Amino acid sequence: MPSQIVSLVVNGEHREFIAAPGATLLACLRESLGLTAAKRGCAQGACGSCTVLVDGRPEASCLVAVETVAGGSVRTLEGVATGGDLDEVQSAFVDCFATQCGFCTSGMIMVAEALLDRNPDPSEEDVIEAISGNVCRCTGYRPIVQAVLEAAARRREEAVTR
Amino acid sequence: MAKLRGRGYASVNYPTGMNLGGDPSQALVHATTTGTFVISLSSVDLGQGIKTIAAQCAAETLGLPMENILVDTADTDTGPHCMGTFASRGTHRVGNAVIMAAAEARGVMLEVAAEELEVDAADLETDGTGYIAVKGAQDKRVHITDLALAAHFKHGRTISGRGIYLKEPSVPVPETGEMDPDSCQAHACTVAVVEVDDETGVVEVLELFNAYEIGRALNPAMATQQVEGGAWMGLSHALFETTEPYYPARDHGPRDFAGYLMPGPADLPVQHSLLLERPSANGPYGAKGIGEMTANAPIPAIANAIFDACGVRLTSMPFTPERVLRGLDALKTEETC
Repeated sequence: MPSQIVSLVVNGEHREFIAAPGATLLACLRESLGLTAAKRGCAQGACGSCTVLVDGRPEASCLVAVETVAGGSVRTLEGVATGGDLDEVQSAFVDCFATQCGFCTSGMIMVAEALLDRNPDPSEEDVIEAISGNVCRCTGYRPIVQAVLEAAARRREEAVTR
Repeated sequence: MAKLRGRGYASVNYPTGMNLGGDPSQALVHATTTGTFVISLSSVDLGQGIKTIAAQCAAETLGLPMENILVDTADTDTGPHCMGTFASRGTHRVGNAVIMAAAEARGVMLEVAAEELEVDAADLETDGTGYIAVKGAQDKRVHITDLALAAHFKHGRTISGRGIYLKEPSVPVPETGEMDPDSCQAHACTVAVVEVDDETGVVEVLELFNAYEIGRALNPAMATQQVEGGAWMGLSHALFETTEPYYPARDHGPRDFAGYLMPGPADLPVQHSLLLERPSANGPYGAKGIGEMTANAPIPAIANAIFDACGVRLTSMPFTPERVLRGLDALKTEETC
């Protein structure tokens, strides 16, 4: 089976690249498009560090064959900030000390984005459920849960003032 | 069948640094043309925050804002020497080296400022805002941006400094065994509150109380995060993690992350953490090392809490439901005998 040209909308931009048969979405993002925020942790869908949004849903991009999402819309951490301005989730992660080594951070932020997109007022249990597929070895999770709740509060406040 | 609650505690004394063939770390500091002080280190930051601590030590010593400090740990081949960020030595060794380097750079900075302002260097002071000013005459001052430019293009001076901290090796006295293996010791105590389900053997850690005496806490928020993140890792070792559940047999060992158990965000205890500050005489601004010890005390504290809850004394980690149930069975057998 030959390589094929795959097109995706990545962070709002049309991108085309050549993908080898069976290439994962993660490998294409990192190697073909140079988007290295999504990390290759376990490469078996168990750690969540490769999480990106595919048509708004959080997916372990290490398990997704890129052909299966051709033509779809992908959002990665690189598409979250507006220029140099961090969004509410990113700034809450900074303010709540929710990062240490940073390896899980991009995946955590993407699942948080997906959660807040569908539920602007999540409970602590909702946040725990949302991040439960993502492993963190540094923080003990508590600051991450707090950061997501804080981001939700900030986003609701923004919505009111807008 | 019941959920049995218990409480246990454990303490740890933890040495800062190591004692092999000497324990040095170096730092080099230089000012760019625009007054950014680059701290060159080979001390790797893997999330513990050494870059932040190094920047704080440099800013405090130079008397400049944090924004004027850039920590560069780019290349351990070409950078100044560091033994590495391990043995809870980073803050202590690297912090001290940075302070020494920054103090030398500060001396040059004040000399150049004295030339620029045509005053005596001893009459100059910094206030942490970026200005170097004449004591008692605050309008006679120069900003570090202008001063660094002048140093390069007018005075032909390099504002820089060298620093090293060396803990020399300590050989034990043969007769007494006396030696000085570490630079200082941090101390901590953890109290764990657990619930043991005597039907399933599952142990749940409900609360952890952490008290840490770590010298001066240079960055209390980061230190607290280290304490609580480390406690999570301790809890994880205590209850979940193993590659050989039936050591030394390799049976049933996990082969990948899917089978390697760790606590998730729903398994977390409530943590209460307290920092006690008794500055160390040889630490950078009084700090001691805090790294690895944070995972230590929670483990025996949880073991003691399990004993308090149900009488089972576990001596092998992790404290799995199977081990708890086998312990409970053994207790019942003892009773009936």
